[in-house]
Amino acid sequence: MCLAIPGKIISLTDDDPLERAGKVDFGGVFKDVSLGFVPEAKVGDYVIVHVGFAISRVDEEEALKVFEYLKEMENLSELKEGGP
Amino acid sequence: MKYLDEYRDARLAHQLAREIHRVTTRSWTLMEVCGGQTHAIVKFGIDQVLPKQITLIHGPGCPVCVTPVELIDKALEIASRPDVIFCSFGDMLRVPGTAADLLSVKAAGGDVRIVYSPLDAVKLAQNNPAKEVVFFAVGFETTAPATAMAVHQAAAKGLANFSLLVSHVLVPPGMEAILSSSNCRVQGFLAAGHVCTVMGFEQYVPIAAKYRVPIVVTGFEPLDILQGVLMAVSQLESGRAVVENQYSRAVCRAGNEPAQHLIRQVFRIVSRQWRGIGSIPKSGLGLRAAYAAFDAERKFGLAALRVEEPSQCLSGLVLQGQIKPHQCPAFGAPCTPDRPLGAPMVSSEGACAAYYRYRRDTEASASATPS
Repeated sequence: MCLAIPGKIISLTDDDPLERAGKVDFGGVFKDVSLGFVPEAKVGDYVIVHVGFAISRVDEEEALKVFEYLKEMENLSELKEGGP
Repeated sequence: MKYLDEYRDARLAHQLAREIHRVTTRSWTLMEVCGGQTHAIVKFGIDQVLPKQITLIHGPGCPVCVTPVELIDKALEIASRPDVIFCSFGDMLRVPGTAADLLSVKAAGGDVRIVYSPLDAVKLAQNNPAKEVVFFAVGFETTAPATAMAVHQAAAKGLANFSLLVSHVLVPPGMEAILSSSNCRVQGFLAAGHVCTVMGFEQYVPIAAKYRVPIVVTGFEPLDILQGVLMAVSQLESGRAVVENQYSRAVCRAGNEPAQHLIRQVFRIVSRQWRGIGSIPKSGLGLRAAYAAFDAERKFGLAALRVEEPSQCLSGLVLQGQIKPHQCPAFGAPCTPDRPLGAPMVSSEGACAAYYRYRRDTEASASATPS
């Protein structure tokens, strides 16, 4: 039930702040989504959507962290293997 | 899809699994709280790439599964009324009440509709002024803001024909109920990422300290879950027990403040009955007095029902992580997704449904093999 998926905001309506909504692209499937809980989100941002509501903006910098960590780990083990 | 596919990369998943093997020196039992995580674990076989010393047990994080029978019976009673359009998320339709389920009420002519969002029910109320539109508000903190917004909008529009059967539950009291049980085996938690997206993770800090358990806020994709396991095991191996955030791309410490604000405006904290577990103090949300006109139980004068749960169904033990779904004698026969005895076999997040769908053959042959 807590299923929520990321999608990209492609347009916004500028209603009353709590009724703010927009069209969100989920890999080619477009849906109207309530954006009342993500007042900072703008066109081009990715948001996490649950039952028709965006509950969070995806933080791009944070999203890369796991890949940076894994890359670092890989470099470390290569260093070890290549070491004396 | 961006932010999904890259977190399913098999090579990187194996790299994380190798790191978990490297840091693990002892046996540890972790509980993933959310049913969405359980499904990902069983579907992608994440538990099968972990060291044998690590046991993942499946938590109660399936709101459909913990909704008590008496609320289902109230839903059935309301949905059977000719003046009602009863709206629900699809998951609830086949959850068995005492004598029937919502799908059979629909088959018998009841106007039961599946909605995607609570706002769809508000629209139905606007478009059908001669009908009473009732929304079955089930869910954890992830879903509560959407319900709160529906109530807020219905109040703003002055809709007198809209009401809710509220069954919202809260995750931290459920975790505490498990931790304070005398036969608790849980040594660390993967906390439910999307619940924390809304609520943040400050409220887990005292739980981690009091029960000395690591709590790692974790996402739902294979790399998320493996990294969450790695973080929890690393803490356990080094004797630490703090709250960490693996799912930082979607969760910040404070959570979503506008969403929390609206939850507090519309709801108050109440005790709730959890199916298979019992009553947990301060573990749910009920409508505040200012919104009592939207309370369907009050509107339809439903007496408080107490209903016995089917004794064949051991979902309470499954939901507390004390048995795995296939260890229930009813698993597979007579209990199946087509003829469920309990909600965990119905819901897309239920542990029993996950095992039935992805593990039926392997678990059956494993248990048939003499040891």
